[in-house]
Amino acid sequence: MSSAPNIPPQFEIVDRPLDTQMTISMGPQHPSTHGVLRLELVLDGEMVIKTTPDIGYLHTGMEKLFEYKKYQQGIVITDRMDYLNPLGNNLAYCMAAEKLLGLEIPERAQTIRVLMCELQRIASHLVWLGTHALDIGAMTVFFYCFREREKILNLIEAASGGRLTPSYFRIGGLMMDLPAGFERRCKQFLEAFPAAVDEFHTLLSGNRIFQKRTQGIGRISAEDAIDWGLSGPCLRGSGVNLDIRRANPYCSYENYDFEVPTEPDGDVWARYMVRMREMKESHKISAQALSRLKPGPVKADAPKVVLPDREAMKSHMDALIHHFLIVAEGFDVPAGEVYQPIEASKGELGVYIRSDGGSKPSRVHFRGPSFVNLSALPVMAEGEMVADVVAIIGSLDIVLGEIDR
Amino acid sequence: MASEPENTEGTPIPSSEAAAPSPLVAALQREHPEWISDVIAAFGEITIVVPREQIVAACSFLKTWPESRFDFLADICGADRGVEEDPRFEVNYHLFSTTKHHRLRLKVVLSEEDTHVSSVTGVWRTANWHERETFDLFGVIFDGHPDLRRILLPEDWQGHALRKDFPLRGYEPYSLT
Repeated sequence: MSSAPNIPPQFEIVDRPLDTQMTISMGPQHPSTHGVLRLELVLDGEMVIKTTPDIGYLHTGMEKLFEYKKYQQGIVITDRMDYLNPLGNNLAYCMAAEKLLGLEIPERAQTIRVLMCELQRIASHLVWLGTHALDIGAMTVFFYCFREREKILNLIEAASGGRLTPSYFRIGGLMMDLPAGFERRCKQFLEAFPAAVDEFHTLLSGNRIFQKRTQGIGRISAEDAIDWGLSGPCLRGSGVNLDIRRANPYCSYENYDFEVPTEPDGDVWARYMVRMREMKESHKISAQALSRLKPGPVKADAPKVVLPDREAMKSHMDALIHHFLIVAEGFDVPAGEVYQPIEASKGELGVYIRSDGGSKPSRVHFRGPSFVNLSALPVMAEGEMVADVVAIIGSLDIVLGEIDR
Repeated sequence: MASEPENTEGTPIPSSEAAAPSPLVAALQREHPEWISDVIAAFGEITIVVPREQIVAACSFLKTWPESRFDFLADICGADRGVEEDPRFEVNYHLFSTTKHHRLRLKVVLSEEDTHVSSVTGVWRTANWHERETFDLFGVIFDGHPDLRRILLPEDWQGHALRKDFPLRGYEPYSLT
């Protein structure tokens, strides 16, 4: 008996009370995994030794389904992938098909695309912010975020008729022009939004608990982030200044004045700050797009691809024939393959379409940013506490609908 | 057309003999002609068809070569050209450079009898899940992959769902029990 006389030897203080590793399963029904994600965690006490994500619970074979649908029918499938950013998915898919068809999109349609995509990006970031804060224990932020998101969804609903599944973009342009009064409502929202972001900052950024839970947690270096293929705010949170809107501009993004926010630290806090600053930049782009709206056509001049106007169908025989052919048989797309990347709210969303020359694609593949970002989770979670894994997943902003497709 | 780089006679696809579509490809042609089976330039994108044996060497070279600096692997995706086609499968590597901001597609074609190709996980670690997905859905086997398991479909799934001969609704209702 070497210890003090009053303490029995089995109760001596040791650093690692359980000298064994434990494997636990987190999910698929865990509330903070944002869908049906299962993580197999190997733990030493409360420290994470190894993380193995197990995905596929939401797999519905969307990529297979595309091969059985005409090009224009594929648009509604894309809505259901990343359901927080459906307009971004619409855009990537339509732009890939337009690349194959060689279509020129009118300026007004391009501007509306930019406007709607940036509003959607804000909406997507608001869901991220609300759920991320909720995961860490800040309940109130969630309600404030969803209040603002509701206003954006109302705008999207006004334009397209859908809230979560708008399918607003079509191959060759838009479904239809913006409704009367949209610009006024959009302006109203944009005028009030910067104050809302400041409100989120007062709720969260100065909160000591939130800072302790996020700063220095889930670090990934810039080299690792590139090696693991991280994109979007996760990559910029590691200090890499890369934005597809700048690197490979599309939809005339090169004509907009905006900053690409980066943070050097690569932790949960850095990714938080990047998205918070990005909301302001998206707001800036939306305001510019709104001010640039000029009257004009919103559909490309391609009668064999783009559905004709209702009025034209009533007076022109060829418009009626084209309408019938597009709906009944679809349109043929030149053979070839394209890869179209865009900067979605979560990172690089790439669409690969391979055509054999028919009205249905031979292969459609989506490079989902959530899929790739999640694959780097084991690197970020290694050596952290179990509770931090929740914070790290929140900072990755994953959507399982896109990961499993 | 672009999907069948072997049959270039009579098609407008420029082959490697024709004028090089970009300075990058021309420089690569001088440096390592053995890596280039064919070059396809269409729709503003460049595709290099790489012999299967050379893919890892080509990828590691392109990652660090000052002319290309493809340090970012955007995507790997498989494709099935059709049941009668030979070679039937292809694997597409979409490369991107975070400094030069250019893109390139590498393509490896595989016959149905021998769907093996070396893994590029040693070059970019992000290839891990992309290769697992391609294995899961097409049955392409990536030699040297550290953890080649199914990723989207269950472990005991039979067949490869994105092959053209796999029916859309599967063979029989899948039961989780």
